[in-house]
Amino acid sequence: MTPEGRAWVRENILLGQSVRDYLRSLVTPWNLVGAAIVAVGLPVIIARFIWGLGATTNLSNTNPWGIWLGFDMFFGVAIATGGFAMVVGVYILGRTEYKPMVRPAILTGFLGYALAVFGLAIDLGRPWRLPYPLFVSMGTASVMFLVAEHLFLYITIQFLEFLPAAVEWLRLRAVRAWLHRIHIGAVILGSVLVMGHQSALGALFLLMPTRLHPLWYSPYLPYLFFASCVAGGIAMLVVESLVSHKVFGHKLSHNDHETIDRLTLGLGKAAMFALFAYLGLKLLSIAHGMSWNHIFTGWGAWWAVEIVAGIALPSVLFLLGIWRESATLVRWGSVVTVLGLLLNRMNVAVIALNWNLPDRYVPSWMEIAVSATLVVFGVWIFRWIVNRMPILNRLPEFPDHD
Amino acid sequence: MTTNTTNTSCDKSVSRKDFLRLMFLGGAAAAATPLLPGTASAAPRIELHKDTLAVLIDLSRCIGCRSCEAACNEANHLGNHPAEYESDKVFDEIRRTDATHFTVVNKRIPAEGAAPVFVKNQCMHCSEPACVSACPARAFEKNINGAVTYNPDVCIGCRYCMQACTFAMPAYEYDSAFDPRVRKCEMCFHNIDKQGAPACASICPQDAIVFGRREVLIEEARKRLEKDAGYVKHIFGEKELGGTSVLYISRVPFDQIGFPTNLPLEPMPKATYGFLSTIPVLHITLPVLLAGIYSVTRRRDDARAEDDHE
Repeated sequence: MTPEGRAWVRENILLGQSVRDYLRSLVTPWNLVGAAIVAVGLPVIIARFIWGLGATTNLSNTNPWGIWLGFDMFFGVAIATGGFAMVVGVYILGRTEYKPMVRPAILTGFLGYALAVFGLAIDLGRPWRLPYPLFVSMGTASVMFLVAEHLFLYITIQFLEFLPAAVEWLRLRAVRAWLHRIHIGAVILGSVLVMGHQSALGALFLLMPTRLHPLWYSPYLPYLFFASCVAGGIAMLVVESLVSHKVFGHKLSHNDHETIDRLTLGLGKAAMFALFAYLGLKLLSIAHGMSWNHIFTGWGAWWAVEIVAGIALPSVLFLLGIWRESATLVRWGSVVTVLGLLLNRMNVAVIALNWNLPDRYVPSWMEIAVSATLVVFGVWIFRWIVNRMPILNRLPEFPDHD
Repeated sequence: MTTNTTNTSCDKSVSRKDFLRLMFLGGAAAAATPLLPGTASAAPRIELHKDTLAVLIDLSRCIGCRSCEAACNEANHLGNHPAEYESDKVFDEIRRTDATHFTVVNKRIPAEGAAPVFVKNQCMHCSEPACVSACPARAFEKNINGAVTYNPDVCIGCRYCMQACTFAMPAYEYDSAFDPRVRKCEMCFHNIDKQGAPACASICPQDAIVFGRREVLIEEARKRLEKDAGYVKHIFGEKELGGTSVLYISRVPFDQIGFPTNLPLEPMPKATYGFLSTIPVLHITLPVLLAGIYSVTRRRDDARAEDDHE
């Protein structure tokens, strides 16, 4: 390697340290926790591809979907909606004050989707045929086809939206200029795709009125999924900025607390309105389905937990937070919103599905290890990129012009 | 019990599929659809072909000998030991279909002290199947002779068909890492021409399983219900989910022997028509709407910037 090359690696990959110092800097308590999880999860992923789903999961003929779909896919994609919400807010609606949050939001979204597809590839029986629905044998009457097509296109769009940070890091000026030209087109096309596939993920369950519990089954499922992913995606941005502020505080270009608190309040307001819409739709779906008679059963109690703790509670936290101008309350509201979204997706895709069939599904430890591994990968990749590319800060030679 | 109409081709598959494919392929098709309100819901209902074949199962005749299961094992090369079909132990629990059992006979006790009823379960071969509409890779096909068949060569293994099936019939080869298939009864589609009837229908010593044209079988079932007041006045599968190619009659109410009751009479895929038809509308109108808002926002920002300059 030339001396210039070595200097470049040292500066851009090793964060200005020698190899030994860099490796030593990686030994932190949290990294050890992460490494322990990956040390369990990675062999399980390999085992799944050698011995199959039967050897690694508790999936059955009656319960063919487990947490690799419920958690990795349905929840993972839903909380990744923040990137969409942010580009629409900033570039379409012109709320430019949120510009500093756009790049972390896009990165969160891109990684969320990429990992969801990675999880899907582990779950699919024949992942090497992923392109089949897109190019080879298109099942165009299928909602799943719609999901596949939209996910594929949207991940491409998200990659294009993320790319400016990468090419600035690599100082590729020509590519940067070209990306600037296609930017608004990508934003608009991406937004359409998000609305399409987020609602389609809910529409997947429209075929299951006899298998999904009546308190969760509704013809409104597509709209319930969309409303909740907007709320959850925005809430996830607040959670992510909270963590980023603690971990990467020195990098933030909007580092004063006042600015961050003001933006957090604004995001809280947006998430609150989305939650209100979601709650209204949720109650309407029960009224429309005449499913009130299920409320006073065990399933009804579980449903009430989702509604009260997962939607009503964060709505109140947001309301109080905005009223008292307390960013702390909004942050709490955001954490609860994300957990409520997790509960909903797990209920629809796993827990309340096949509720009246004899065998119940409980994930195996191996399934949990793989899902946890994907989360660790997400955190590690996010951190690796933020530490190197202009995500939270801007490079002086590339001013903020889009 | 055979008919000579089994050689109908499988290329005349459901036209709705082609219709929806058009909706997605090409902007022109997509652009035209939003102009026709309710296009997809007006998609042609599958009218059952007059030669559609079916199986009529008379539960009052079944004695639980399980020779149908054994015949299925042999005809589909499922690889189970023949001795498995001689033991009555299997009746101790309610079984479901799995990757090597396309049909199972369960012993159901309708009420305490009542005589048991043996119920044979397998794919119902719906006239407009949820699995066909669920599959993103077109691995399933409703053939014009009634059979719902599966093509492992395009299956990606998402298992949506298994979730989508109202009767939870498709099973999966979870133990295969390299070529796992969805497995289910295909009405012996591949050798029906040779054999003239599905293996289970050919072997049944009680004539409890009858194979033939669906129209004819429904008439036959009606005759039996009329002649004998002991039968429940219902042909399960005649109207359920838009009709199935497996029909049941029974002397014991269906809800007491494990049949789902209150099934919708509409074909299950109808539940997704409305949603699917909004997607092209979304694709056409949203970009225009968003671009419109963007241009207003931009003009406002430009005006502001100008004001700042002055």
